[in-house]
Amino acid sequence: MATTTRSLATTEAPWIRYTLTTLALALITLLLIVPLLSVFYEALHQGWQLYQDSLLESDALAAIKLTLIVAAISLPLNLVFGVAAAWAIAKFDFKGKSILITLIDLPFAVSPVVAGLIYVLLFGAHGWWGPWLAEHDIKIIFAVPGIVLATVFVTFPFVARELIPLMEAQGSEEEQAALVLGASGWQTFWHVTLPNIKWGLLYGVILANARAMGEFGAVSVVSGHIRGMTNTIPLHVEILYNEYNFVGAFACASILALLALATLAIKSYIEWRTEQQAAEDRKHATEE
Amino acid sequence: MTSLRHWAVALALGSAAALSHADTTLLNVSYDVMRDFYKDYNPAFSKYYEAKFKDKVIIQQSHGGSSKQARSVIDGLEADVVTMNMATDIDAIVEKGKQINAGWDKKFPNEAAPFSSLQVLIVRKGNPKGIKDWADLTKPGIQVVVPNPKTSGNGRYTFLAAWGAALKQNGGNEAKAREFTQALFANVPVLDAGGRAATTTFMQRQIGDVLVTFENEAEMIAREFGRGNFEVIYPSVSIDADLPVAVVDKVVDKKGSRKAATEYLSYLWSPEGQEIAAQNYLRPRNAAVAAKYAKQFPAIKLFGVADFGGLKAAQKKFFDDGAIYDQIAADIAKKK
Repeated sequence: MATTTRSLATTEAPWIRYTLTTLALALITLLLIVPLLSVFYEALHQGWQLYQDSLLESDALAAIKLTLIVAAISLPLNLVFGVAAAWAIAKFDFKGKSILITLIDLPFAVSPVVAGLIYVLLFGAHGWWGPWLAEHDIKIIFAVPGIVLATVFVTFPFVARELIPLMEAQGSEEEQAALVLGASGWQTFWHVTLPNIKWGLLYGVILANARAMGEFGAVSVVSGHIRGMTNTIPLHVEILYNEYNFVGAFACASILALLALATLAIKSYIEWRTEQQAAEDRKHATEE
Repeated sequence: MTSLRHWAVALALGSAAALSHADTTLLNVSYDVMRDFYKDYNPAFSKYYEAKFKDKVIIQQSHGGSSKQARSVIDGLEADVVTMNMATDIDAIVEKGKQINAGWDKKFPNEAAPFSSLQVLIVRKGNPKGIKDWADLTKPGIQVVVPNPKTSGNGRYTFLAAWGAALKQNGGNEAKAREFTQALFANVPVLDAGGRAATTTFMQRQIGDVLVTFENEAEMIAREFGRGNFEVIYPSVSIDADLPVAVVDKVVDKKGSRKAATEYLSYLWSPEGQEIAAQNYLRPRNAAVAAKYAKQFPAIKLFGVADFGGLKAAQKKFFDDGAIYDQIAADIAKKK
């Protein structure tokens, strides 16, 4: 009975419902589906062979490799940082907590170009530490370390932002119980906290990964655009496009698009798993 | 193994020098539309260098808007050589970054510019708007595609070409030249950041009646979009755009690559280098090569940046913040 009342209260006239649905679908088709399909069309419309050649070309391979290296370095860093920050914020009270939360959100608020310029100002030849770095022959800007730094910066908040609400909702009763029963801090983390947050953690890592591989602005500023050396996939796409190599550009773009689709698929799976787990938890709770 | 080495190198700070401990590596930081020339020139030079010195040389390329690339070198991008489209961009590295010593333009012939180009007008097939010269670009209803003079050398050359052409027509009357240039820029629907983006706007997005760009870019368009799709119009007079090159002193002295870098640039003046330039529609300095390719380079009246008191003076007078170009842009914005 309750459902009928609710549906009556929220139901508009049929024509309004259909118009709104059609509008929404049209918008999604126009803004999301058509552009996505056009990437694959442009990449493939001159044949599979050319598509394959474009991806196996040495500069494209170097770009793909560099993108993977950058993600492989920056993700573990953000994973450790994100878990530590979320753990501290959600489970403990301390002075300056709100400042820490604001700092974690900073990369979301700062334009990626500014993020890149910050590193040029710090590590560039005329930056604060530039002369010292040059003396010791250490390259940060216009080399892989600079690209990693910029990527770490822009993907900083993803893991922490995903975990904080989750951990806050879970509260710290279970951890307190573990401590009372004589578990050490590490044991509590490994056996109590981590299993509780694993799906949320994975979700944050996947989002961070998508952003790390797709980042353009910040990386563009610190890359130096040396072919086969410091171009990530997004930068390589721009170069190929400017060279009128549309098949090459869209072939590389299709890799990023595929990555996005894979991310979405994994994300949906994780959401489904999280819900299942929540349902199970509720069941346990009622049984007890 | 290569992938292993790649990983190792990337982790070992990704230094360009580390990749090639045995071979010499040169990084050529260049502007947008030179990609095609260096794609042909680099293998030719490597072959020549290896035969002469029994030493391998690997050349890496970085391309982008001329001024942006200069900025990167100032900020520490370790270029062994820079190959730009305006001397002011190299002067900026001399003054702001101090990586290049003053007097770079005396180290090679022709004020260190191995070839030149000039601004031409590119119109749609059959020239439907009947565009013949600079004056046609100022007519109402004509849409002109030009890259932004504030961010691109290509756009600055166009501005100077229009200004100079108007001066010649009006007996040196500066007020008339300003009026003329303002009318031209009032007809610009999109100001792209660089020459390549302007070409894409005109050819790919089909915006505008005429594109003003370098002569060698016109050849690129022919190769990419087919010769039948557009026409190249040579105006009655245009500007001689010298395309300068320089060795980055600070970097080559640190890396010990001065010899290779100097050879790399000197070879641009060799008959082989000049021939590759001509094949890419860059006007060569070598008389014999110029004669051989005379057909593709119609002789037209040219004036140089010297007529504006040199590029530095022109930069100050026209393109610095608040200078004539900014005033014109503000006037155009007001009238709209």
